[in-house]
Amino acid sequence: MIRFDYARPTDLAEALREGAGEEVAYLAGGTNLVDLLKENVARPTRVVDIARLPLTGIEDTAQGGLRLGALATNTETAYDQRVQARYPLLSSALLAGATAQLRNAATNGGNINQRTRCYYFYDVATPCNKREPGQGCAAIGGVSRIHAILGTSHQCIATHPSDMAVALAALKAEVRVTGPGGDRVIAFADYHRLPGDEPWRDTTLEPGELVTAIDLPPESFPTNFTYLKLRERLSYAFALVSVAVAMRLEGERIAEVRIALGGVAHKPWRRPEAEDLLRGQEPGREAFGAAADALLEGARGQGGNDFKVPMARKAILRALEQATAGTPQSQTDKRIA
Amino acid sequence: MSQAALSLSNDPGLALASRPIGTVPVRLTINGEAQALDLEPWVTLLDLLREGLHLTGTKKGCDHGQCGSCTVLIDGTRMNACLKLAVTLDGCEITTIEGLGQPGNLHPLQAAFIEHDAFQCGYCTPGQICSAEGLIREGHAHTREEIREQMSGNLCRCGAYTNIADAILEVMGQEGWE
Amino acid sequence: MPDTRHEPIKVGIGTPLSRVDGVDKVTGQAHYAAEYAVPDVLYGVIVSGRIAKGRITAIADGAARAVPGVVEVLTHMNRPSEAWRDSKWKDELAIPGDPFRALGDDRIQFSGQPVALVLAETFEAARFAASLVDVSYEEEPHNVDFDLSLAEKTLPTYKRKSFHAPKSHGDADKAYAEADLRHEGEYRLATEHHNPMEMHASTVHWHGDGTITVYDKCQGAQGVQSYIASAFGFRQEDVQVINAYVGGAFGSGLRPQYQVQLAVLAAKKLERSVRVVMTRQQMFTHAHRPQAIYSIKLGAERTGKLTSMINDATTSTSRFENNMEDVVTWGMINYACPNMSGAYTVAPRDTYTSADMRAPGAATGMTLFEIAMDEMAYKAKVDPLEFRQINYSDIDAMNRQPFTSKALREAYREGAAAFGWDRRSFEPRSMRDGRELIGWGVATGVWDAQFSKTSARATLTADGHLEVASATADIGTGTYTVMTLVAADTLGIAPERITSRLGDSRLPTAPVEGGSWAAASTGAAVQVACRAVGEKLLKAAAKVEGQPLAAASSVDDLTFADGRMALKSEPGRSVAITEVMQAATIDRIEVEETASTGLSGLVSQARKSRKTHSAVFVEVRVDEELGQVRVTRVVSAIAAGRIINPKTARSQILGGVVMGIGMALHEETLADLRLGRWMNHNYAEYHIPAHADVQDIEVIFVDEPDPEVTPLGVKGLGEIGIISVAGAIANAIFHATGQRHRSLPITIDKLIA
Repeated sequence: MIRFDYARPTDLAEALREGAGEEVAYLAGGTNLVDLLKENVARPTRVVDIARLPLTGIEDTAQGGLRLGALATNTETAYDQRVQARYPLLSSALLAGATAQLRNAATNGGNINQRTRCYYFYDVATPCNKREPGQGCAAIGGVSRIHAILGTSHQCIATHPSDMAVALAALKAEVRVTGPGGDRVIAFADYHRLPGDEPWRDTTLEPGELVTAIDLPPESFPTNFTYLKLRERLSYAFALVSVAVAMRLEGERIAEVRIALGGVAHKPWRRPEAEDLLRGQEPGREAFGAAADALLEGARGQGGNDFKVPMARKAILRALEQATAGTPQSQTDKRIA
Repeated sequence: MSQAALSLSNDPGLALASRPIGTVPVRLTINGEAQALDLEPWVTLLDLLREGLHLTGTKKGCDHGQCGSCTVLIDGTRMNACLKLAVTLDGCEITTIEGLGQPGNLHPLQAAFIEHDAFQCGYCTPGQICSAEGLIREGHAHTREEIREQMSGNLCRCGAYTNIADAILEVMGQEGWE
Repeated sequence: MPDTRHEPIKVGIGTPLSRVDGVDKVTGQAHYAAEYAVPDVLYGVIVSGRIAKGRITAIADGAARAVPGVVEVLTHMNRPSEAWRDSKWKDELAIPGDPFRALGDDRIQFSGQPVALVLAETFEAARFAASLVDVSYEEEPHNVDFDLSLAEKTLPTYKRKSFHAPKSHGDADKAYAEADLRHEGEYRLATEHHNPMEMHASTVHWHGDGTITVYDKCQGAQGVQSYIASAFGFRQEDVQVINAYVGGAFGSGLRPQYQVQLAVLAAKKLERSVRVVMTRQQMFTHAHRPQAIYSIKLGAERTGKLTSMINDATTSTSRFENNMEDVVTWGMINYACPNMSGAYTVAPRDTYTSADMRAPGAATGMTLFEIAMDEMAYKAKVDPLEFRQINYSDIDAMNRQPFTSKALREAYREGAAAFGWDRRSFEPRSMRDGRELIGWGVATGVWDAQFSKTSARATLTADGHLEVASATADIGTGTYTVMTLVAADTLGIAPERITSRLGDSRLPTAPVEGGSWAAASTGAAVQVACRAVGEKLLKAAAKVEGQPLAAASSVDDLTFADGRMALKSEPGRSVAITEVMQAATIDRIEVEETASTGLSGLVSQARKSRKTHSAVFVEVRVDEELGQVRVTRVVSAIAAGRIINPKTARSQILGGVVMGIGMALHEETLADLRLGRWMNHNYAEYHIPAHADVQDIEVIFVDEPDPEVTPLGVKGLGEIGIISVAGAIANAIFHATGQRHRSLPITIDKLIA
């Protein structure tokens, strides 16, 4: 682990001042950054501990939504009564992720900013463009079991590991950030990026910017939703494929639906055109299949992860069925509903 | 040491290596005892406990939040000590296995773990017990199935899982749970 | 709640006793290798190599040395001298080849090889400096691809001592060709890493007088002691090795690991105490279960009676040592079959040498063989349990020897009854619950019941306290408690008045803890030592007023209970042990004794086969569409002779079953073939079962009295629990889905289809 200066600002302005410059890292719960520090993947010369900033609450918004403080923990969020009642999809996704210990420490802002679990990114003995621009990507042609099937580039095939972010994508959350250039709001779909030619950039955050909150819009999908996660063991494993579905039925028809995938791309994977295919339709395997095909259009394995293409398709179908039936996947009973 | 001397002159890591960085004053209450410490920022709570304070009951099984052996209670909440920089915990109360119960004064979970043979090599055990204490305090687990899921952050290579669940269920029963 | 360390007074062999080391373990007072406070200890952090094969051309350590607190950067260029002959590096369990020497020279033999050790006053300084050591290499072509290595497979000229060559009988090829039913399959097992929870660690206490104490994570203190003395030029008596608590090992601590080499080297060079702890990532740079390929041909009559079995297996090893296992013999030993043949080879890769991991050979061979057996059962349209009974052998079918005992039939019967096997429908895909297909599978396990010459010391003091001691280890196996129970049984002293000591090279001689022989061997040693104490007590009892035991001529005429010794013939005539000591004015009685096979045992070993057996029944539920497998029920019925402590014995089997679940569904170390490097080298990506993966497990010990197998009638339990569990799961998955999987682990991608 590199040696770094440590700052513990108590207000936002001070935090932004401390956070200015190169080689600075904001530290909140630490569950990802400290891990990366130990692996010598993260090498900041200054660490700014933002955990004492007043960004911890969960509050109703004027628009009828919910504002999740960036420093509220994953546990506080998952078990918050308003989240559980109104945004059970988010609660479910949070509880599908990591472990109780990690959720107790991890913050909402940290969760969406966590970095990929790509073996090569984590192993400094191997080349990785995300870690060291220009080194090349050893995952391509390597052990690619956990890698992306959508939105990859010739520079990077990493996936985003967050479960929470997949639910937030389906809920069309907004990320509130502040920084040297002032405050701004980023639509969740624009928050994470595809690797392209700049795989070292996971998000559209600018240097020195800080997430202050995540806003959930009023439409909360409390009845027809699911978070279905497939992984290597039944708990404490990152998703090979996960599916978040948020749906609103009106009568026999789907009035609104969002489908987001985890474990398959550099960001939570949504395609509005796939959802368009379902809007106004009666739920059913045929319609679901068309939507799944549209969502997975162009999906391609890297060899070791070819299985993810059929796995994702089947998981989408099942998740849509779970959401339609109002029988969301339990994160405790491991039988898939 | 000619080799070393040779490499000294043109090594780009040199400035980085010797850059002076100060320590940070930190107040911690560990197992009820107030401690005033001056710590380098990169010292984890786990290493502070084990190496600095000789509280070796908290175990290092992976050092990356991937096994749960280092689980302690921070302000009453279970967390992985390996992923916490100690300087970030200024003002916190930390309870380790040594604070939970001692020989002759066992915590109910410690006694139940012995009774149910909920360990073999014992290395993951302090983390399992601290985690179970955190789980009980959280109050989200009431059934064996919920215990299984919410204890999944504590790996046990000896495979004592079913006995661990039995031990926790027994203690929960004692405290009016289930 | 009361302290449960102390159980009811009358305990002995067969009483379920809570672990006597339990309080230490649950309170954090048990100290493992890295946890001994040693004054002025230096922290050593290992720098791991990047390439799989080649030479180190330069090491730039200037930046590392500039880190405040760094004392030394140890490399192959500046390490102190050490033994140069390979023979000096042969540890107790060394296998043919050139043992690995950390920092031996500039050669790189495997990825992750230690290339430097950074020593600093703090762990943090050493860790940081280690990241600054810049090593340059000249790379050479390497191969870690097991399939490619098969081109070089060979039966080594120099065999590993523990290797048993398969024995052929009849004409297996001809019988196979002529069989009514034929099955042929190629079975595989992935590379697995032991991954005990405690990472390998050594603390060397440099006393400054030429002696050292080494706290080492290992399975045999005396083996490591001899090794250090031999390789690093110490006198044997100047090296003390302590492993009082070992955080699991499963075989990874059978041979000295490289962290102890590094720690001793550094201590020697700097004349200071040193602690070296591997990282979890570095735990993937040494011992591992070999990858395996096993082709099996079975021929049978229409009734299901086997007529031929042809076995051919290859397992992986390194280029510098030939690790061999007994892979193909288990099915040949276990099933009656007139024609059988076996072939076995090893294939070298540019990795560290593979090593024994829980039930080495059998966990691979018998597990895979049992999948083939299931396939033949289906070919014969015979219930898989019945199929095994049709082919039951009352003798060791390969060695053509009787068993000292074999209660496998009873294990089948009791296991099947507990599981409800008779309610199983034969056809695959015939049982379901909603979206989940249900499958029930069975498999048979076999392992050696071994005994190894072991010494123990028993010391009785005037206050009635007994200490029993032996240099064996307790790696979670319950040895402390077994010693206490045997001592309690022999001398009738309550467990709370007995202290067991182990894990110290200065204690009476014991072999490395492994292979399931510790309970039988250490238990026997403790028993003979305690009996000898009993004899001395009997002599001393002559001084007791009224000579109540005068009628006894040996301890065989006495019963020992509740701290008293009494005449068997006349139980009313008894005396307290403390009273005897007092009457004879004896402060202490100390005896060291050795339990060995003896002449009758040697004869028995030559003439009879000694095995433990298991019948494993498994229920899986497989999501038909998504391939997610849940192991919902396991019944493991074990025939392992006499059970000393049913409580810890059950845990041994539970642990084996859990590791078997990992073998079946999760565990696989994945290599990047271009880099020659294991890539999922951490606990997040190498998956061992978590709490959520483990549901109901029932353990049954069937009655199997066997006074011949070992002195106590104990057969051992460390290995048998894992064997064939993965086979039963694979068979259950077939029964559930109709898909036959011959390559373990059966990860979710293989089932998604």
